[in-house]
Amino acid sequence: MGSTNSTLSRIPNVEELMQETGFTPAHIVRLYDRFEALDKEKTGHLRPQDFGAINRLAMNPIGDRIIGSFFSTGQETVDFHSFVRILAHFRPADKNRPKDPSMPQPVNSRTSKLKFAFQLYDQDKDGKISRAELLQVLRSMLEMQVTEEQLESIADRTIQEADLDKDDAISFEEFRKSLEKVNIDHKMSIRFLR
Amino acid sequence: MSVHSLRKSELFVVFVGIGLHVEASAPAYPSHGTEGSHLTNITNTKKTFPVLAVNYQHVRKPFEIALWILLALLMKLGFHLIPRLSGVVPESCLLIVVGLLVGGLIKVIGEEPPVLDSQLFFLCLLPPIILDAGYFLPIRPFTENVGTILVFAVIGTLWNAFFMGGLLYALCQIESVGLSGVDLLACLLFGSIVSAVDPVAVLAVFEEIHINELVHILVFGESLLNDAVTVVLYNLFDEFSKVGTVTILDVFLGVVCFFVVSLGGILVGAIYGFLAAFTSRFTSHTRVIEPLFVFLYSYMAYLSSEMFHLSGIMALIACGVVMRPYVEANISHKSYTTTKYFLKMWSSVSETLIFIFLGVSTVAGPHAWNWTFVITTVILCLVSRVLGVIGLTFIINKFRIVKLTKKDQFIVAYGGLRGAIAFSLGYLLSNSHKMRNLFLTAIITVIFFTVFVQGMTIRPLVELLAVKKKKESKPSINEEIHTEFLDHLLTGVEGVCGHYGHYHWKEKLNRFNKTYVKRWLIAGENFKEPELIAFYRKMELKQAIMMVESGQLPSALPSTVSMQNIQPRVIPRVSKKQEEEIRRILRSNLQNNKQKVSYSE
Repeated sequence: MGSTNSTLSRIPNVEELMQETGFTPAHIVRLYDRFEALDKEKTGHLRPQDFGAINRLAMNPIGDRIIGSFFSTGQETVDFHSFVRILAHFRPADKNRPKDPSMPQPVNSRTSKLKFAFQLYDQDKDGKISRAELLQVLRSMLEMQVTEEQLESIADRTIQEADLDKDDAISFEEFRKSLEKVNIDHKMSIRFLR
Repeated sequence: MSVHSLRKSELFVVFVGIGLHVEASAPAYPSHGTEGSHLTNITNTKKTFPVLAVNYQHVRKPFEIALWILLALLMKLGFHLIPRLSGVVPESCLLIVVGLLVGGLIKVIGEEPPVLDSQLFFLCLLPPIILDAGYFLPIRPFTENVGTILVFAVIGTLWNAFFMGGLLYALCQIESVGLSGVDLLACLLFGSIVSAVDPVAVLAVFEEIHINELVHILVFGESLLNDAVTVVLYNLFDEFSKVGTVTILDVFLGVVCFFVVSLGGILVGAIYGFLAAFTSRFTSHTRVIEPLFVFLYSYMAYLSSEMFHLSGIMALIACGVVMRPYVEANISHKSYTTTKYFLKMWSSVSETLIFIFLGVSTVAGPHAWNWTFVITTVILCLVSRVLGVIGLTFIINKFRIVKLTKKDQFIVAYGGLRGAIAFSLGYLLSNSHKMRNLFLTAIITVIFFTVFVQGMTIRPLVELLAVKKKKESKPSINEEIHTEFLDHLLTGVEGVCGHYGHYHWKEKLNRFNKTYVKRWLIAGENFKEPELIAFYRKMELKQAIMMVESGQLPSALPSTVSMQNIQPRVIPRVSKKQEEEIRRILRSNLQNNKQKVSYSE
């Protein structure tokens, strides 16, 4: 416990961070250790190259999108707070939370998780997944094993199935609706981050 | 073929012979018995030629079997024609009642009603049901909850067996019950027989209540996986009760035996599964026999593991699960449909027969009734199940992401039905057990109680408690794409956290599967096909068939772009793909302003 406290004291505004994200001190320390391990040049910030060094991300079809999600628009580096805030999306949801519509959704609620995933598709941040964006995702997932025609017809079919207001794009509501049968709490949570 | 032509010529000779009053061989299907007697008759007396004769003995066995099956199916038909009945009473109850009536009828006539022979049950009636369950096991919910299922199956069953065995022994010690001759091992043996949740009963009842996927897979998975525990406990206590004493070494061997039985069963099943997948790679020219390979390899897996006293049920499940993805990629659409409907048909017939025979055996079997013992058994069954589920859930919920609610726990506890497996195991007990008849009676009472009382009341209870029901789901390409996307996302985030979790290993398995395994087990070039494409193609094919059937699409020429992508399996993929690549390259070269496809985004 001694080392936990000493590590915690090194992190600025750690109380606020824990309050906001719901992580316990043990989690924060674990994440801080990981952060430091990734931050090879000890600058206190992470750059895209630091993420790129992770082998498992390099092999991942959507690895670059995941890396991109850590960096908010315009920023070149990620500090520890932003790192933790993004990862907080993957905390298992608290079932016993009282549903208070006036308060903002906690960052690991079902809606926030879906919103995070949605933003990974919607690269130009216009609030809709356009046909071109969908095609890009399909291409990166299917890794050159299909023809362009097949990709296009799959994209057509996907939009046709999900698009309720017929604007040839998938909005967040339509995205949410198409995933209503999937248990997002289970699907988008990492056990380690409890 | 030669036998057939021989019979035809014989027939011709016979007809000619009749016309000419020549007594040649017997009518159309000569059997050796009658032929001999006819020939002797020729020499002794000249009887008139028997144009019509009755020979029941000749066809007796198959005739009776067919009659039983026909009766069972007609009953099933009858229930569904009575509108209100099938909504209130589950089919299994009605079938048992029919069995009781038939058994009573046979007894009244004076004949000996047939009992559910354990050999027949384990070798013929049970495998189709388990294979159907295993082949169509929903993999995703099963693997997501496999930890919970295993805890319920192994620890839950052990708890039930020892709790019940122990308390019943304590009961038998009480003087007033009159069962002081029953020793601990016999009670534990009884406990182990009665403690296992039965897959047939669970399937029969749960099928009609359409409960949500999580609870369904928990109870159902438990009923399948507890077979290993049941087999080990049964054999263990059976052996020991003959000897009379138990040492620490025996207990240790028992534990080792459990691992051997379960892992061995899975291994045997997996081996046969891979064999079946490998065989299906070469069946492109003999499509007609494809379904048979699925059935035969699975049945062989079951028999092989039963031969070694391993868990046959686990072997069957492992075989079905392992072979399914590869076999489905290889066999034709028609074979797939055939396999699916044959499995469903056989399992349905088996299930019906099992319940009817349960009813008949109740009437037939030797009974020894002891109020205290039987009533206590029933109560203890319920109590131990409830305690077991609550206790285990408390521990399990600490490790689960999605916790089990009280409603879930209630349905899991209430859905722990006992069935024909318990009866058959009890029937298998040799007559040297003094308490055999008592045990059988108690087992039957428990089965009746669970199937009738719990089976009938579970549906209104589900409605009352507003338990989440299964959502009707059409296959959705959106769900497929997004789920795969989320898989990649989670694997990536696990990588960022430096965590080697669930997704990491799943990803590794997938990669291994794609690079090495699929190459060997899938025919032609199909092994490169990503799952998403296979899913999409199947969906389009189904929709196309539907549209043609409903007249929306002329069956002559497919006109939409998507239809062109339905590749018939016979045409080798490579040349068409290359053709399209060439066309695409030419097109993009010609039109410079067309957006170039770049894969390195």
